[in-house]
Amino acid sequence: MKLRVLAAVALLVTVTPVCARAQVAGSQVSSAQTNNTILIENATLLTITHGNIEHGSILIRDGKIAAVGTDVKAPEGATVIDAKGQYVMPGIIDCHSHIAVDGSVNEGSVSVSSMANIADVLNPDDISIYDDLAGGVTVANVLHGSANAIGGQTVVIKLRWGKQASDLPFQGALPGIKFALGENPKRSNFTPPPGVEPRYPATRLGVEETIREAFIQARDYKKQWEDYNRKKAAGEQNLMPPRRDEKLEPLVEVLEGKRYVHAHCYRADEILMLIRVANEFGFKIRTFQHVLEGYKIADEIAASGAGGSTFSDWWAYKMEAFDAIPYNSALMTERGVVVSVNSDDAEEARHLNQEAAKSIKYGGMSANDALKLITLNPAIQLGIDSRVGSIDVGKDADLAIFNRDPLSVYAVVQKTLIDGQVYFDRQRDIDGRPALEKEKQDLLAKEKKASEEKKTDDKKEAKPEKKSEQKKKRPTTDQDSAAASAGGAQ
Amino acid sequence: MANRFKFLNLSVVCAGLCVAVLIGSSYAARGAGGEPRYFAVVNARIVTGTGAVIDSGTVVIAKGLIQAVGANVAVPPEAWVIDGKGLTVYPGLIDAGTDLGLPKEEGAESTPTGRGRRRAAPSGEIAKGPEDRPGTSPWRVAADELKTDDKRIESWRNAGFTTALTIPDGGIFPGQATVIDLAGDRTGDYVVKAGATLPISLKPVGGFWGFPDSLMGSIAYVRQVFDDSNWFAQADPVYQGTVTKFERLPYDRTERAIAGSLRDKEIVLLPANNAVQILRGLKLADEWKINAVLFGGQQGYEVAGAIAAKKIPVLVSLKWPEREKDADPGAEQTLRELRFRDRAPSSPAALAKAGVKFAFYSGGLSGPKDIFKNAKKAIDAGLTADLALRAFTADAAAILGVDDRMGSIAAGKIANLMVTDGDLFNDKTKVKHVFVDGRWFEIREEAPAEKPGEGKKDDDSSSSGKRKASSAEVGR
Repeated sequence: MKLRVLAAVALLVTVTPVCARAQVAGSQVSSAQTNNTILIENATLLTITHGNIEHGSILIRDGKIAAVGTDVKAPEGATVIDAKGQYVMPGIIDCHSHIAVDGSVNEGSVSVSSMANIADVLNPDDISIYDDLAGGVTVANVLHGSANAIGGQTVVIKLRWGKQASDLPFQGALPGIKFALGENPKRSNFTPPPGVEPRYPATRLGVEETIREAFIQARDYKKQWEDYNRKKAAGEQNLMPPRRDEKLEPLVEVLEGKRYVHAHCYRADEILMLIRVANEFGFKIRTFQHVLEGYKIADEIAASGAGGSTFSDWWAYKMEAFDAIPYNSALMTERGVVVSVNSDDAEEARHLNQEAAKSIKYGGMSANDALKLITLNPAIQLGIDSRVGSIDVGKDADLAIFNRDPLSVYAVVQKTLIDGQVYFDRQRDIDGRPALEKEKQDLLAKEKKASEEKKTDDKKEAKPEKKSEQKKKRPTTDQDSAAASAGGAQ
Repeated sequence: MANRFKFLNLSVVCAGLCVAVLIGSSYAARGAGGEPRYFAVVNARIVTGTGAVIDSGTVVIAKGLIQAVGANVAVPPEAWVIDGKGLTVYPGLIDAGTDLGLPKEEGAESTPTGRGRRRAAPSGEIAKGPEDRPGTSPWRVAADELKTDDKRIESWRNAGFTTALTIPDGGIFPGQATVIDLAGDRTGDYVVKAGATLPISLKPVGGFWGFPDSLMGSIAYVRQVFDDSNWFAQADPVYQGTVTKFERLPYDRTERAIAGSLRDKEIVLLPANNAVQILRGLKLADEWKINAVLFGGQQGYEVAGAIAAKKIPVLVSLKWPEREKDADPGAEQTLRELRFRDRAPSSPAALAKAGVKFAFYSGGLSGPKDIFKNAKKAIDAGLTADLALRAFTADAAAILGVDDRMGSIAAGKIANLMVTDGDLFNDKTKVKHVFVDGRWFEIREEAPAEKPGEGKKDDDSSSSGKRKASSAEVGR
């Protein structure tokens, strides 16, 4: 998690678009196309896996990509999207997001908050979902914050704006858990008020110890249940059942490889530490998040099998984030780390295409490799690359259509599709604004009228009382005003 | 005729005894001993609350219960007779969510939450995890803390409310709510069902430094508490069976209380006002296998079908969302907020249409006047008056599990009745009589004070005449 200040600055910078699209909140998905068959034609297809296809078409059937090429024709009854002169890329995947969360993203009171689960508090009404769709994002790895050595459970979602919370999770994607190293979990920037004990740990050593301690507990817990279940299966009577522990169960899943670890980190030394701890307990770190010093130990990260999910050029917002360089993505990629560029921020997620493009300037990445940073690579990191991340037959029809090459700063998203449904359509959005504005003004006027009527009613009711009050007060008026003027003179 | 009673005369007799209250004044026709226990309201229109309306009939009340109701019911000789000509008898109203009788202590505040106070020192103990049981006192029962001198009890009763669910405040498991009737000689007389529901709040109580400090933390906490309580229910018999084999179980009041509630299938009240919260509540109710009732329900118009599918009842708060008072007039209003404020009163109609059982509750409204005014808004938004009445009577009783004894006018039911001079939801209608457990209260308009100068010191006396007369009307 980045500093709040930075996020706030970012929000301020974009305050105008924020206001403009707040109105769109209601457009929902009512107009999302529900046709089973769609053909996107005449576009430049950035497939990621097999080059760019000029004047290409994509046939979508039942939410999946059914055909890709230059000679794909629209079957009868298909909806045709003419994307002449436009660019189609796989939907952008944001490997570090905090959108769509109801309440705080941090259960920051404890050093191990693995009982907290983002999946419990998904908020499909968060306007950031729509914002990010407008930036071509279709999948987000929604993470717990970084206040704890072991944070809460996390969930991968598709940005199905207008649907219910239960429709957001990416079905089939493994759930995750957030870890965090360094300043945030050791509470470098918080001083408790008098009478409140500072939270353990306060050092990087303590962070390591906290993680190790938690996994020792988890290992014991796992054994306890295995013993109980074995005895029970053997028909043993009079067994004392173990307690369920909501904190340890997700850690057992980590030990069993059923839950991915996404670890917030900055410094090289602590990254190596976590690799060692994970080895000790026999689990893998799935991604190192931020990983701003990853370029220093790219070989070790690559050898551990972990991915690196980083910022393009965002650093120096705290001590541990100073030793960062914009070449991080390129250097880690060169050494064999699967790298993604993430947002960690609802606003930044709206231009991840530009964030990816920076890796061409810094590090000389190819255009295709740059796009991989926000498509196929995060898909690999999240274990969903068989479903999304490229334009290939059989994959989910999660697509972003730009008016220009998405690596250009002039590129603007025209349509975003998820599972073959149009969830964002720039023209539809623009066309819908007057109606939404009218609805809003009408509701405001209605409310104003009601409140004026209420005031009139209240006045009518209050009148007799007021009169009597005035009468009673009258004799004291002179004194009051004298007192008041005296007060004023002082 | 000796025991026949003319209320006009009595009114004169008791005029001096009447105590000024917020809404009208009432007089219980009884004294120390010898108070009448038998009444008959005759020639009245009777809305029984379960469908049937008797155009002109009699309700006989004996020893706290309704003895008979019908068009041709004999009036027993011992009954005090009230001529109901031109009057309508309704079942006494139920406010399905209040803190009546549990007034907040002066200066008491809820546990600090919200960003504004994040860095402040928390007031209570700082919980370092679920095992510290933050904001948890499920063993508390509202009945045990009832203060019957709460002025609002009389104010509610004078408006026709005979019953309320009163819910303790404070914390995630604040304690069990109690169904009370709004009259009695002693506190115990008020209590209809002591452990009626187990309310849950998901507001984080940690205040940044303590657990839980987030909504997801609160949910995780409640989940752990249910785990622990279910564990206790399973583990305790094992331990008691062979005490020599196991380490003894630690004493945990929370586990014991909640295990008891779960065993008794006590209603668990889950907060759920907007659509997201409602759907989440439905999901958690399934997961936790609890006998859930949602409360809030104001965005039910968006998800009524989903609620109906789960057959989970809803207590709908009549405190409709309003623009924040004294808010920045230039502040951005999102369309979603505006729509919610506009459509919230249509929730009851939508719930009714979908077949969801629901009841109304005042949810922090300051008095009956606003309750009726806001219920009227629901009717204006499409709810039938019949169903609105049911939401205050039969359906409320059913949801709270007391429909075997109240919520309608039928022989054997508790004699909780209101008698009005007109239709319940007409704003000109006045409440004339209220019966609570067969205790008779006459609701009278305060006569204008004859000598304004010699009234009580407060402003009430000088202006009371007209104001009180008008506020005794139902549902302005």
